[in-house]
Order: sequence, then structure tokens, then C-alpha cells
Amino acid sequence: MGEFKVHRVRFFNYIPSGIRCVAYNNQSNRLAVSRTDGTVEIYNLSANYFQEKVGCEDGSVKLFQITPDKIQFERNFDRQKSRILSLCWHPSGTHVAAGSIDYISVFDVKSGSAVHKMLVDRQYMGVSKRKCIIWGVAFLSDGTVISVDSAGKVQFWDSATGTLVKNHLIANADVQSIAVSDQEDSFVVGTAEGTVFHFQLVSVTSNSSEKQWVRTKPFQHHTHDVRAVAHSPTALISGGTDTHLVIRPLMEKVEVKNYDAALRKITFPHRRLISCSKKRQLLLFQFTHHLELWRLGSTVATGKNGDTLPLSRNADHLLHLKTKGPENIICSCISPCGSWIAYSTTSRFFLYRLNYEHDNISLQRVSKMPAFLRSALQILFSEDSTKLFVASNQGSLHVIRLLEGSFKHLHTFQPQSGTVESMCLLAVSPDGNWLASSGTSAGVHVYNIKHLKLHCTVPSYNFPVTALAIAPNTNNLVIAHSDQQVFEYSIPDKQYTEWSRTIQKQGFHYLWLQRDTPITHISFHPKRPMHILLHDAYMFCIIDKSLPLPNDKTLLYNPLPPTKESDVIRRRTAHAFKISKIYKPLLFMDLLDERTLVAVERPLDDIIAQLPPPIKKKKFGT
Amino acid sequence: MVAAESVRVVRCGGSELSFRRAAFSADSKYIFCVSGDFVKVHSTATEECVHILQGHRNLVTGIQLNPNNHLQLYSCSFDGTIKLWDYIDGILIKTFTVGHKLHALFTLACAEDSVFVIINKDKPDVFQLVSVKLPKSSSQEIEAKELSFVLDYINQSPKCIAFGNEGEYVAAVRDFYLSVYFFKKKTTSRFTLSSSKNKKHAKNNFTCVACHPKEDCIATGHKDGKIRLWRNFDDDKKYTYTCLHWHHDMVMDLAFSVTGTSLLSGGRESVLVEWRDATEKNKEFLPRLGATIEHISVSPAGDLFCTSHSDNKIIIIHRNLEASAVIQGLVKDSNIFTGLMIDPRTKALVLNGKPGHLQFYSLQHDKQLYNLDIIQQEYINDYGLIQIELTKAAFGRYGNWLATVEQRQEKETELESQMKLWVYDKKTQGFVLNTKINMPHEDHITALCFCNAEKFENPTLVTASKDGHFKVWILTDDSDIYKKAVGWTCDFVGSYHKYQATNCCFSEDGSLLAVSFEEIVTIWDSETWELKCTFCQRAGNIRHLCFGRLTCSKYLLGATENGILCCWNLLSCALEWSAKLTIRVMEPDPCSENIAAVSQSSAGSDLFVFKPSEPRPLYIQKNISREEVQWGVFVPRDVPESFTSEAYQWLNRSQFYFLTKSQSLLTFSTKSPEEKLTPTSKQLLAEESLPTTPFYFILGKHRQQQDKKINEALESELVQLPLTENIPAISELLHTPAHVLPSASFLCSKFVNSLLLSKETKSGEEILEDVDMEEEKESGDDSDEEHDFTENTQDTNDTELGEDIIHQLSKSEEKELRKFRKVDYSWITVL
Repeated sequence: MGEFKVHRVRFFNYIPSGIRCVAYNNQSNRLAVSRTDGTVEIYNLSANYFQEKVGCEDGSVKLFQITPDKIQFERNFDRQKSRILSLCWHPSGTHVAAGSIDYISVFDVKSGSAVHKMLVDRQYMGVSKRKCIIWGVAFLSDGTVISVDSAGKVQFWDSATGTLVKNHLIANADVQSIAVSDQEDSFVVGTAEGTVFHFQLVSVTSNSSEKQWVRTKPFQHHTHDVRAVAHSPTALISGGTDTHLVIRPLMEKVEVKNYDAALRKITFPHRRLISCSKKRQLLLFQFTHHLELWRLGSTVATGKNGDTLPLSRNADHLLHLKTKGPENIICSCISPCGSWIAYSTTSRFFLYRLNYEHDNISLQRVSKMPAFLRSALQILFSEDSTKLFVASNQGSLHVIRLLEGSFKHLHTFQPQSGTVESMCLLAVSPDGNWLASSGTSAGVHVYNIKHLKLHCTVPSYNFPVTALAIAPNTNNLVIAHSDQQVFEYSIPDKQYTEWSRTIQKQGFHYLWLQRDTPITHISFHPKRPMHILLHDAYMFCIIDKSLPLPNDKTLLYNPLPPTKESDVIRRRTAHAFKISKIYKPLLFMDLLDERTLVAVERPLDDIIAQLPPPIKKKKFGT
Repeated sequence: MVAAESVRVVRCGGSELSFRRAAFSADSKYIFCVSGDFVKVHSTATEECVHILQGHRNLVTGIQLNPNNHLQLYSCSFDGTIKLWDYIDGILIKTFTVGHKLHALFTLACAEDSVFVIINKDKPDVFQLVSVKLPKSSSQEIEAKELSFVLDYINQSPKCIAFGNEGEYVAAVRDFYLSVYFFKKKTTSRFTLSSSKNKKHAKNNFTCVACHPKEDCIATGHKDGKIRLWRNFDDDKKYTYTCLHWHHDMVMDLAFSVTGTSLLSGGRESVLVEWRDATEKNKEFLPRLGATIEHISVSPAGDLFCTSHSDNKIIIIHRNLEASAVIQGLVKDSNIFTGLMIDPRTKALVLNGKPGHLQFYSLQHDKQLYNLDIIQQEYINDYGLIQIELTKAAFGRYGNWLATVEQRQEKETELESQMKLWVYDKKTQGFVLNTKINMPHEDHITALCFCNAEKFENPTLVTASKDGHFKVWILTDDSDIYKKAVGWTCDFVGSYHKYQATNCCFSEDGSLLAVSFEEIVTIWDSETWELKCTFCQRAGNIRHLCFGRLTCSKYLLGATENGILCCWNLLSCALEWSAKLTIRVMEPDPCSENIAAVSQSSAGSDLFVFKPSEPRPLYIQKNISREEVQWGVFVPRDVPESFTSEAYQWLNRSQFYFLTKSQSLLTFSTKSPEEKLTPTSKQLLAEESLPTTPFYFILGKHRQQQDKKINEALESELVQLPLTENIPAISELLHTPAHVLPSASFLCSKFVNSLLLSKETKSGEEILEDVDMEEEKESGDDSDEEHDFTENTQDTNDTELGEDIIHQLSKSEEKELRKFRKVDYSWITVL
């Protein structure tokens, strides 16, 4: 595996934003997640839960309240005294149920008048609370209205008579969200205590048609408020203030018990938030509304394997760059030489020039950006920092030559005819000749920079690309997909390499395929052409192509081979995948030089410490 | 008495009441519980035992009401029979012999002629649920051999089987899985819980199961305290369950209420939890029930629950979760440190009861009289906690004083010990704490005895301890200026060469005190507390020590650890005799010179009864118990027996009770088993509607006497009108259905005739009838034979409808009739 000096970076104060809303689309099997900072993320549930797109809306997403005034242009509903916090249409579209404070109203859409006003009990565990807020309503096709409220109740109402049918007290705190399955035989609610309850419609006895709603299983995967829930045909999806997106498959709906039946917990974004300048040992961190530039610390000490070396110079926070306006940053990049920083928001593109004079740095904005550089999905600098590649959200790829303090637009690769898909991953070869780009589903395109034309297209694969890189010297393109497959494609030969064919023939180790976070970064060792370095959130791996591949019987995660074993045994147990799990959760890892690695970790405890305190619950025995 | 009598070891009550779930009668008036080989019928209102259903020859393992006749009760036993009882009269109706050892019984309303039992057929650990067809036959003893197999490899406990939805399916749990067998479909679904070794799932074991009476819902209890409610279990894939979690330890039993709206659960917390609507947030508690809840049952009428507890008690609980009655048996929960004692006042057996308490148990009535709280501290039930133990207790003469010792040792050097002296208070009829002595000794107290001799007006107590001292405590005036209060103080401290004091014993007249110090016995003068002499046999530490009594009072007996029994003559100060015998229990009989010793050998325990004056035992009974006998005691008889046979004379004046290691209380009886099985008193309930209590008997008789007086007074004054219900014509008129009655004009003359008073002399039969009616009211303990007779006479009477009935009896006639009563009419039933 080789020994490295590792910069273990823990000063990236990234905090994912809380989840505000989740929506599931049955036709495309995709999940949209909106976060409190206004980000909308779309997950493809069939592609191993990979996060496909990140969109940012202008400003923050408003709490989706539909007040009667909004529908006013069509029909004037009866005025309500208090605001409406939740709304649900009857599947036939004839009625609307609206949850308000202390009561639920049912409106007839045709007449616009309130048919029923159902008052909700304010009592909470015998104590009269001030207000009872209806956080969510669901309207079933048989006319049942299900409401969840701040007193911890789940109540079933008959909308025809306006009466309470059943009451389930499930929590000591607010019940904040509800989602019903398409078949209307089960629904899920999320509480402020972090518990998600599953309700099912079960028949009372096996030989009668009478059915009743029964609370079945509670799930405690969250520590904080569950602000949003969704119900897909096979899974319960929940998200909340604690920033995790949890996908809990329903065992009875899963046909085969494979790895898809396991619980998924998505905490970190499936994209890069960090870029690195190898030459100057700088790290650029991307936050929602600002960028931070840090210089890595250094040491003069040496030590044995596993030692922690004392720092002779601490890491420096060089720059704090705030965006103008309320827009979120979509992507950012620092050039390998460290003298350029580029970032893009939803509507504007910014390029800065950095000047270093000993310890002082000065920042200079490159003005007059061309109009077509409005919004970028991915930015990349070439290895020699002379070219800038920008993938725009229209699907085109711009190549810009950078000069001292200015720039020149060289070329724009237009998207393939018939596709409007935008590119979101870019990779450039170290010699600057080749540029690879990939969208979410279509294949990877390789462009020749010298001739400014499309060189070839890698055959398309069913699963989206999660990381791309071009190896030095050989110009082999390494592609990682969301189903954990890794391909190696020779750009000059326009075909898969022999190693890639071998590994496809033999197949990956089953444990490798069962990892649930995608590979987010690939890099290469300049002196060891047979090595590929890649990482996901929980492991760092060096693939040594010269060693035999592991089969399902061998141990995939073998620890460092014990030195006392004889060479024969060590050689026999060695295989191509050298995996290290020391650093986790790993957000970024790259090779600074031949002997130095930089690893950016974000311990989960640090994130939790920054969240607001959860609702205190008495635990038995404490 | 005949010479052929033989002494047998018999179990004498104190059996476990909480061995199986109790059952209620349909009207909730009676509760049935198993008690060893018997089934006891108690009144739910008064807690009193109404009947003991005797007939099984081994432990009763299940009781169920007959679903087709709610006045009948089924019971099954390890003896392989199912018996059907009429519990109101306490009569055995039928016996079905199955042949296998029956572990549990279930009855279903829909399966009319069959019941379900748990048997183990081949291997010792494999249990099966089978249905037994009960053949219809008029004979009393019926063979029921038609078994059909239902479920295999089940748990033997009846708590792990439940029938649901009127017998549509049966649910069984064992280890980590729940199996549901559907009778109609003849299929079994099986649901398995994770049993992995990790901490979260390690205690997923199922412990009990209950089925919802109305819905398809199965509740299961688990070792980690969770309750799971299973639904949709007819589908192997779509099944689902909910968790209810409040218990922190194993759920011992579950029961649904009759309507199914609430679920009851109980466990080691001694709290009955009622889950309303099966929701986690809506629960009610009945806490502080005293001991682990072993079983829960619900009355068919739905108004009562009952919980059976590990301390051998049954609590009857009202629907609104209020405990209404307690049926308490002999507590067998804790280790017995105090041994068996007899309270001189109540003649009750006294021993360790529930933690920190001394229980007073009536041997005659097989029920606990009361509990005396000695430690007077909240008992916290948790595994691994070192509790304060009540280790010693002793009664003073006439039961005026009670001395108790409690101790708690957390570490080797930290001993906490207290001695308490209790005085009997006549006003409150109970013991009141008089003196509390902290750390009476530096180390464990090994023995404690009162001087019971008449001549000592001052009560004296001696304690011996491992710290090498024995202390004499006497009752003195307390430091009260009015000299009214009394308390105990230490009078003398004695020791012998720093040896540990192991036993102490006063002679019968109280003049000598023997204290054993390891291998040496020292004799002290109780007047001056000076050492008189020592005995040493060098045969190991002295384990038991006692003086002879009456004619043998010059002897001192000591049993050593190494298996030697020594008898010293106190006059000659020499060893009289010794015998090689490993003695576990040595008890002197307070009414005679006899001493009973129980020896322990590998084959079992043997009993020897001897007089100290001669080394030859009076009586030997080999192998009285397979187990080790831990304690024994002689209980004086109320009425002395008169065994002529020399071997049994020792049983004449007192009875020997002993307690084995598994806490079964045994005694010796000469009655043959058949004799013992016949009911001693067949009680007939005079009126069904009234609970049969001692009060009823007293008041009922009293009222009858009053009535009689009034009657007599009336007789002299005027002619008494018969009560309307006593006139056959009227009763016939009222009881015959209207559509079969002849026309009113036809009946009219009869009716008027019946109201007329006649002065004719009565026929004998009529008189008989009258008396019987009266008698039936008068004495509640008429036998049912007489009852039968009454009906017969009524029948004959009905034939002579036109005759009038007036009872005017002279005193002589009445006397004559009383003679009639004593005549046995039981031959009529034979007809």
C-alpha cells in the first residue's frame, strides 16, 4: 500500500442543512428533498439511492402554505380566521381538507364553502395546552381525514359527518408530518421526538371485511424533529432537523432479501465540496453562502507508522469569501497552482485571482464575465492552471484560457443534439489534452482540447457516474458508477482496458458492491502508474492493478498485513483492493505529492453538537 | 385403632396456589385455584375456601370451566386423568383417564366433546398439544384414548398456548418463534424473531401469549419486557406487529379483558399494567402488589381480574383496578433462615415469609394468618442487590416475647446487624416493637434462645455469636422516670477461649445454660453465670444442641458436623452414649421426652425418634424424602391421638412437620389415602345467592332461633297462616306455564280450598316434609342426601294436592321429629 504522511483535516465546519420537505414520485422512482437552506436534492432510488441533482432556488424555499387567498382567483373559499398550516385534496378533487390551529376544515371545491369544521381537542396528557396546531392532514378516498397535531395525536375523522372516529396518542411532543401510501393501506407519521410511526390498515378478523387502522412499528432513526415523511411503495422515507435522510424499506414489500432491503441513512451530499491546490497546499471549502481557503499545516518531525506528528506550523485560515446576495453556491474550484478561485451561484459566475506576497494574499475579482457564463454546475481548472472548464446548466461546456488577470473564451462544446442534459462531472488529463464530462445518465464524453472536438463517447451504462478521473501518462479514464462498479477506459485506444475487462468478467467482491455511499473522488499516484486511489464517505481504497483480484471467499477489508508473518503468506493474502477505514466520515481525500495525502473528515458528533438540542426524553434507568 | 396402621409421609397443605392460572366461575362468585393435588374453590367476595375438590393423585396442572355447562369444572393432573366436577356441591362427576402425564388443559366452546391438553409422549423434553375426545358415557370412570395431534415441539407451560377467535386458530410460542395453527386451513404459520447474540436482541425470547377475544390479534410477552401485538398473521409476508414497552424485566403473563378493549400484563415489577385500546400512551397501573405476578386471569363476566403471585397468593382485582380480596397461602418465596417455629399463642407455624417478614401460617386451615413486618423497610426487587435478611427468630414463654435478628453483609468486614424484641400487645392482638439493639454482637449471631422455665419471672434471652461471645439479655426497667416502660439490656457476656459460639440452649427448668463453642460444650449456671463444666468430644463442631426433657432432663444431646450424636449425663458429667449419625435436624418434642432427628445420607433422609435415656431409637422411618430435610418442628396436637402401637406412640401428643429443600412442607399421617380422600365435611350451600361465610352460619342460626321463638309465641295465640309459597296448590299455579293450565273455574275451588285452615291431623309424610323444610333453613350443613330426600317428599306431597297443611307441633312431637332427622336417609339416593 505504501506509506503516506496524512494531513488529517478536521477544520471543515460543514453542517448539512435540515430537511424541510420530501416528495416521492412513483413513476420515476425519484425522491426530491428540500433543505432549510433552500437546496433541492433529487435522489434516484433505483440507482442505488444516488443523489443526482442539486438545485438551488432563489433565496430560501418558503414553507409551503397554501392560504385560501392563493386559490382565490379560481374560487373564493370561506374566509378562515387563523392561518392554514396543512392542506390535502380528496383524491377525486371534490373536497379539500385544511388543517388550521385548533380545527380542521373540509371545503367543497365547487361551492367553495366549508362543509365541516372539526374541532380538535387541546388537551394534552390531561393538561390543557394553549393551542393545538394541525401540522398535517391526509384525505383518503373513502372520506376519512387523518390529522396530526402538536398535542401528539393522530386522529381519524369522518369527513361526511365531521366526527372523530379514532384517536391515537402516540407522542409527548408534536406530530409534524404525515404521508399516505398510494394504495391507502398504510401511512407514516413523523414526530418531534425523532420517532417515525407506521400505521397499517388491517382486517379485524381474517374472515371479515371490516378493517381498522393499527399503529404497528415505531422507528427511531432520528434524534431531532422529523419534519417530512414520504411513503414509497416499498419504503418509508423520513428527514428532519438532524439532516439525515433515512430510507427504511418495508420488509413485507421487498421481494428478495438483498442489500436493497437494508436501511439507508444519507447524511453527506454525494458531491465534492472541497477542492485542493496541490502546489500551494491549499484547501478550498464550499459552504452554502461562503467559501473558506485554508493553508495546511506542516511539520518537520518524522515518526514511525501510525505516529501522530507534531505540527511546526498550524493550519491557516487565509480567506473567507462571502457571496453577494441570498443565492446559494452551487460549485467552486481552486486552481492547482492556487492563484485562481472560481465559483458559481444559481445565476452568476465569479472568478477571482489570488496574489501571494510572502504571507499576505490579495484577492482580485476578474470582472466582465461573459453573459453565457451565468450559472455553472461544475468548474474545473487544467493541471497547469491555464485553462478553465465550465459545465453550464444548459448542457454546454465552455473552455476558457486564463491569462494573467484576464481570460479568453476559446470554445464551447454544445450538447449532443437531442439531449438537454447538463454535465455535472468533469475530468481533465494531466497533460491537458483530454477532457471527460458526464451527465447524470448518459455516457461519458471525451473531448480533445487541442483540436477542440469530441473524441469519443464511452458506452453508456445504466447507472449514473459518481466520479471521473484521467490517469497521467496512460490517459486511462477511470469511471465510478453509483452501483459501485469501476471501469477503466483507454482514451487513446477508445476501448476498455484489459484490467477493466478482467474485473468485469470476474466481478467485484460482494462486500464492495454492498457499500452504500458512492465513490466521490478518484486520484492517481504520479510514480506508481498501477495504483488508483479512490474514496467514499467511509473508506479510502488503493487499487493495485498488478495484484490479483479478490474473489468472494477472500477477506476484502484485510487490515495491514502483520509484519511478523512470512512473505509467502503476505503475498498470498494480498489482493488488489487495499482499504483503509481509519478516516471517517471522509469528505475528501487527495494526494498532495508522492508521500503526502490530505484527508478531510467531518465527525458526526461535531455536526450533532451544532444542532439545536433535541427534545429531552426520560430514559429508563437514568 | 387397628394394628395394621402404617405411618406415611404426606404433604400437608401449603401447596402452591400460583402454580397455574386461577379460573373464575361464570357469575364471578367463585374462584378456582390449584393447590397441590387439590382444587380449591374460594368465594371471591369473602376469600373463604368453600370447597376443596379432592380426587387427583398428583399435582393438578390445569383447571377450566366446562364451556357447555358453566356449573361444571374440568381439571387435569400429572396423574393422567381429566376430572369433571360439580363445584357448587364439590362432587366429582366423571373421571376421564388419558394415560399420559397432562401438563395443561384448554377447553373451547366450539369443540363440544373434546378438550386440549399438553402431553409429552416420547422424549422427556418434547411437548405436544393434542385434542382429547371425551366419550359420552354414563359411567363415572371413562377411558379417553382418542387423541389427535395438533402442535408439536411446544413449551410445556400453558402460558405459551392461546386459542383465538373462538377456536379458529391456536398460537404457541417457544424460544424465539411464534407458531399459529389454523384449524380450518390446517396450516401453521411461524414467525421468528432475531435471536442474535448482540445486546439488542439477546432477550427476544417469548415468554407468554394471549389472543384477542374479538379480533385477529395475538399479544406476546418477551423476556426483555416488551409486549408485541401481532396482526395479519394469516399472511406469512404481510404480518405486522406493534411493540408496547413498559416492563423492564420479563413479561410473566398477559390477558385480554373479555371485550378485548384492554390488555393486562404483569411481571417481576409486581405492578399490574392495563393497556387500554392497546396503545402505549393509554395505560393504567395497579402497583405494589407485593411479589412477582406469575399469572393473570379474567372472569368470564368481565368484572374481576385476578393475579397469582410468586409468594403464593392470589389477589382478586376489581375491573376498576382495585384489589378486593387476597387469598394467601404459605409463602415459599425466600430462603428459610429462621427455621420452623410454633407460635405458642396461635399454634401457628412461624417462618420467614415474604422478604423482611415473619409469616404466621395456620396448619389446620392451610392459610396464612398474618405477616409481621420485621425489617420495616421498602423492599427493592432487583437482581444482585444485597438485602437485609431476617436470619433468626425465637418466641418467649407463652408467646409474650418475640426476638428477631436481621443482618446484611455487603463486604467481608461490613456487617450490619440488628436484634429486635417484640412484645405481644393484648389490645391490638399483635406484636409491638419493644427494643431495638444495633449490632448486638460483633459478628453473625448463630443462635438465639429464651429461657422458658416457670420460675424465672424475668424473661431472659441468650444470643451466641461467631465473635466468640454469648450474651445474656434481660428485661429491665427502662430509663423512664415513671418506671413504666421496660426494655432489654445486656446482663452478662460470656466467652470460652475465644472460640466461636455456635449454639445455645436452656435446660427445661432453666437452671442450666449450654453453649457450644465449636467442638466444646460449656454448661453455665443461669443464676450466677458461672461456668460449671465442659464437654468435649473432639468430633467436629457442634451443630445441634438440646437438653432432654421431663424424665430425661439430666441428659444433654449434641450432634456434630462429623456425624456423631453424643449424649452426656449431666449428673455424672460423662458421656452416656454416642452414635454415628449425620444429623440435619434435631428437634425435641415439647410434650414428651422424645427427640426427633433427621439424618442425611446419599439415598435420602431418614427419621429417628428416640429418648435420650436409651440409645436405641423408638421409631425409624427410612427415606422420608429424597431431598435434604432442612427444618423440622413438633406441633402439639389439639386432641391427642391414641395409638396403641409402640412405634407410633410418639405421634400421640404432637405431630412432626418438616420442610425439605424444595420447600415442601410434609408431615406423618396414619390415615390411609382413601380415608384422607373422602371429604371430611360435605357442605351444601343453603342458598346460592348468599356467600357461605362463618358469619352467615352464625347469623343464620341465630335468626332461625329467633324465628322459632316467634313461631312458638304465635302458636299459643292464633292459628298461623301458611306462607303462600308453602301451599302446593298455589306454587303449582304459579310454576306451571300458562298455556298448559286448565281453565280458571276448574282451579278456583282448589285454590280456595288451599287457603282454608283445617284441623285434621297430618299424615306422617307431611310432618316430615315440614320439619325438613325448617331444618334446611336452620342448619346450613345439611348433607345433600337430605336435600334429595326433601325433594322426594315434596313429590309425594304434590299428589295430594287438595289437602291443607298447617303446622302446629307440640313439644313432644317436635322431639320425635328431631329423632327423624338423625336417621340416615342416604339410602334414598341409592334408589
